[in-house]
Amino acid sequence: MTWEVVIGLETHAQLTTESKIFSGSATRFGAPANTQASAVDIALPGTLPVLNRGAVERAIRFGLAVGGKIAPLSRFERKNYFYPDLPKGYQVSQFERPVVAGGEMVIVVEGAEKKVRLTRAHLEEDAGKSLHEDFHGMTGIDLNRAGTPLLEIVTEPDMRSAAEAVAYARALHSLVRWIGVCDGNMQEGSFRCDANVSVRHPGEALGTRCEVKNLNSFRFLEKAIEYEVRRQVELIEDGGKVVQETRLFDSDRGETRPMRSKEDAQDYRYFPDPDLLPLQITQEWIEEVRKTLPALPAALLDEFRLQGVPRYDSWLLVDSREKAEYFRQSVSATQARFAPAMAHWVNGELSAMANNIPTGFEDFPIEPRRFARLHDRIQDGTISAKAAKEVLHAMAAGEGDPDAIIEKRGLRQVSDAGALGSAIDGVLAANARLVEDYRAGKEKAFNALVGQVMKATGGKANPQEASRLLRDKIGPSREDGNPTETA
Amino acid sequence: MLSLEQVARIADLARIELTPAEAEAMRAQLNGILAMVDRMNGVDTSGVEPMSHPQDAVQRLRDDRVVEADSRAEFQAIAPATEDGLYLVPKVIE
Amino acid sequence: MHSRTLKELAATLASKEVSSVEMTRYFLDRVAKLAAALNAFITVDEEKSLAQARAADERIAKGHAGPLTGIPIAHKDLFCARGWPTTCGSRILENFVAPYDAHVIERFNAAGAVILGKTNMDEFAMGSSNENSHFGPVKNPWDLAAVPGGSSGGSAASVAARIAPAATGTDTGGSIRQPASFTGVSGLRPTYGRVSRYGMVAFASSLDQAGALGKDAADLATMLGVMAGFDPRDSTSSERPVDDYTAALGQGVKGLRIGVPREYFSKDLNADVASAIRAAIDELARLGAKMVEVSLPNQHLSVPAYYVIAPAEASSNLSRFDGVRYGYRAPEYSDLRDMYRKTRAQGFGAEVKRRVLIGTYVLSHGYYDAYYVQAQKIRRLVANDFAAAFRECDLIAGPAAPSVAFDLGARTDDAVQMYLDDLYTIPINLAGLPGLSIPCGFGAKGRPVGLQIVGNYFDEGRMLAAAHAYQQATDWHTRMPPAFAKEADGVQP
Ligand SMILES: [Mg+2]
Ligand SMILES: [Zn+2]
Repeated sequence: MTWEVVIGLETHAQLTTESKIFSGSATRFGAPANTQASAVDIALPGTLPVLNRGAVERAIRFGLAVGGKIAPLSRFERKNYFYPDLPKGYQVSQFERPVVAGGEMVIVVEGAEKKVRLTRAHLEEDAGKSLHEDFHGMTGIDLNRAGTPLLEIVTEPDMRSAAEAVAYARALHSLVRWIGVCDGNMQEGSFRCDANVSVRHPGEALGTRCEVKNLNSFRFLEKAIEYEVRRQVELIEDGGKVVQETRLFDSDRGETRPMRSKEDAQDYRYFPDPDLLPLQITQEWIEEVRKTLPALPAALLDEFRLQGVPRYDSWLLVDSREKAEYFRQSVSATQARFAPAMAHWVNGELSAMANNIPTGFEDFPIEPRRFARLHDRIQDGTISAKAAKEVLHAMAAGEGDPDAIIEKRGLRQVSDAGALGSAIDGVLAANARLVEDYRAGKEKAFNALVGQVMKATGGKANPQEASRLLRDKIGPSREDGNPTETA
Repeated sequence: MLSLEQVARIADLARIELTPAEAEAMRAQLNGILAMVDRMNGVDTSGVEPMSHPQDAVQRLRDDRVVEADSRAEFQAIAPATEDGLYLVPKVIE
Repeated sequence: MHSRTLKELAATLASKEVSSVEMTRYFLDRVAKLAAALNAFITVDEEKSLAQARAADERIAKGHAGPLTGIPIAHKDLFCARGWPTTCGSRILENFVAPYDAHVIERFNAAGAVILGKTNMDEFAMGSSNENSHFGPVKNPWDLAAVPGGSSGGSAASVAARIAPAATGTDTGGSIRQPASFTGVSGLRPTYGRVSRYGMVAFASSLDQAGALGKDAADLATMLGVMAGFDPRDSTSSERPVDDYTAALGQGVKGLRIGVPREYFSKDLNADVASAIRAAIDELARLGAKMVEVSLPNQHLSVPAYYVIAPAEASSNLSRFDGVRYGYRAPEYSDLRDMYRKTRAQGFGAEVKRRVLIGTYVLSHGYYDAYYVQAQKIRRLVANDFAAAFRECDLIAGPAAPSVAFDLGARTDDAVQMYLDDLYTIPINLAGLPGLSIPCGFGAKGRPVGLQIVGNYFDEGRMLAAAHAYQQATDWHTRMPPAFAKEADGVQP
């Protein structure tokens, strides 16, 4: 019997505020332990929370970007449990009335688009960190991270494979950076996924799920889900039952295991935080935020479609806002009809270059207008694609204007009929056999002739122009009535 | 009426150790309080909006600014156990 | 000197009759000689107090004195004051020295007041008799066999015994008004949000409010004027401008409609208290107030609802006392969970444990709706009762407590009865309204009776004016407990 995998994701995105969600402490990563933990963060008796407007503003941005509903009144609740990295003994979170409800993300898996529905997104505070290095058998607690603002983004159980889950996580990762609400730094824990995984036979009710916590890379997300699916299927096929539990992924072993600290049934005793009145978000505020939103991937996909960029290439372009923006600026510096060809270059050679520099397309060393100029030179036949790559790298190295580089390096193609014609005459004279073969219907022979022309011109011949002149001179092959006139 | 097991469960949730004798006494006291509290149970409150706060107001927000400086030395001077700037607790097992 | 009001003490300093250092020494001496019998203080630090007094003297010399500059004020031991132990009457905070100042303390410091010491209280403000302190019970200066009321019992007793000119307190279910009533002093709980809660250790966040205890309404006006005001660190703190309470005192009661809820004079009210309250109400009428009957039909549901809401909030608020970052940690334990369980078992007293467990229970899975949500709905009904009553009157008058102070130990076996005795004060907290208690006579065993005056939101000025008018016409507020009425031996004014 076949198994269907059902996955829902909960993602904690750390918001890009300067200060914490309920205190004026800095959120900077990597400060010495407990030096960014104020009286409020360490929960000194008598301290009180005051909500950071910047955190709410980012939640609104996210809600607008995913088409969710921004709650005009939402509420903060306390989630009560004891843990040493949780100074108050409760986490301030949102339970009954989250700041964002609904919304959706579109993902692409193996070329097909799919919608993933979002259940909600809510604001909450992060906990501190437990450092398990041995302090004489004790654990060390660093509360610098305690109170860092998080947006927890929860999906419906809409994903059906590890690949879909990863595609969603990547799309979300891209989106939160796109709209500037999260820096997406997964090594620093700014973007962490929990996966709810269950299996069932198609058409059956949902199976019992397990939550795998704190997956801080896409690879771990994929491996953890794959392991968890295997584990659950084997368990059921061996006559066992999946127990609903929280599990941790052990990246060294590539396994998930139950979390010991969550063993006893939790009862979080949520109730409205009496220190925090209802959070009001007015329509005016929403509109203000809307004005500051950049063009979103969905809008750009439409724009690119109208420019004739193939869907798949468009998806690659909206990988990141910087890349898409680079592409748009490049296109706007030349003719829109070149967009499909330019998309190819941006997704290909330029992306490869961007991947090799830390800033990627942000602060890319080649200005879009210069790339557009270079692209024009490809289009008008001045240089070959191969030469264009050389120019790109020269531009990246700071050699400046593409035309100057083409001239300095002598990369201009030979398209002139006279110059090409004499080279062709020489090739035809020296390769009578190939000419015969071609006339006998061997198309390969023609390609060989073109190759000889390229060789004779030191690679500078414009291959299209050379082919045209060759066919003019040799005449049609036997198989092919009139092959060249429309080339 | 709370059972002894319920009292034990609540005390564990609240992380308060009770000896068996304390649990027994606590059970009687808690049940006494709950009996008094139960006077409100019969009241018809359908359609009444729960009041979680005396102020009929919405939350005031603060601007996103860092205003706190490092106070670790002062704060850790009153801590039960610290080392290298960390608070120490018995080993946490995840 | 000990019988002088704040206004008189300010005049004493202004006239250079004594310096702040001398005045502070005088009251510190009273603390040293008299407070022990009452167990009214947890911490006294003469050096710190005198340093503040010296600074106040400089300020007075420069002519920058305000109404409290140089005057020693006692603070309930749940206001954090930098460098002072802040125990909340609990073992778990026995060695906690606050590393910051509460907003209220900042205000008094800015006003140039001197911290006389930190007063005893029911642990975490949970109690109505001050028998729940880790540091032992406080006694009533009118009769050392009686409780002073609670939870601000140390503050009330020290003002009643003229050991402190005035004191701060907090009122979550009556913790200022009931001890004021029991000890024959004036006590004010302001509107929720009028005084910042920042730095005031939380018991039940939606009910807690800081206030003052003093010898008369004028003292309360001065105290509130210093304490009240917006604080950005408490997001429930009101931005509404602070009234000039002292200026409001002269308004009188003429023409005011004073509501007397018909539910107040029930079988729950002791006859001695009832007759004192009736006499006080007659006096207000004689002064020109118009008495109207109003009704608070849901008031009897207040105590049950309160004993869901307050413990629920407390159970969560007190989770931070876990032995990790400050305060007591059990010396022996087997693992983390055991450390928590032993720390909290040894650190908290019996009443705190009871309330934390009740709160944990009413919030737990399966009980939340039946208890917590129902209590919140009752809370709404109680608040609506007041809203309706205040359409018919300007102030509400009645008793602060159903009896005079009871004997120490008399209620220790019946916690529930003690809870029920807060029926006159708790509804005000549920609604978030301001209330005050002023002395209005004596009941059984010669123990004081307090008249409660409740106002509409932010109507403290009018309440204080009514109280002041009453005190202009009567002298109950000037009566002193005989054992503490004299200047202490060897204490020179
Ligand atoms: Mg979650
Ligand atoms: Zn979360």
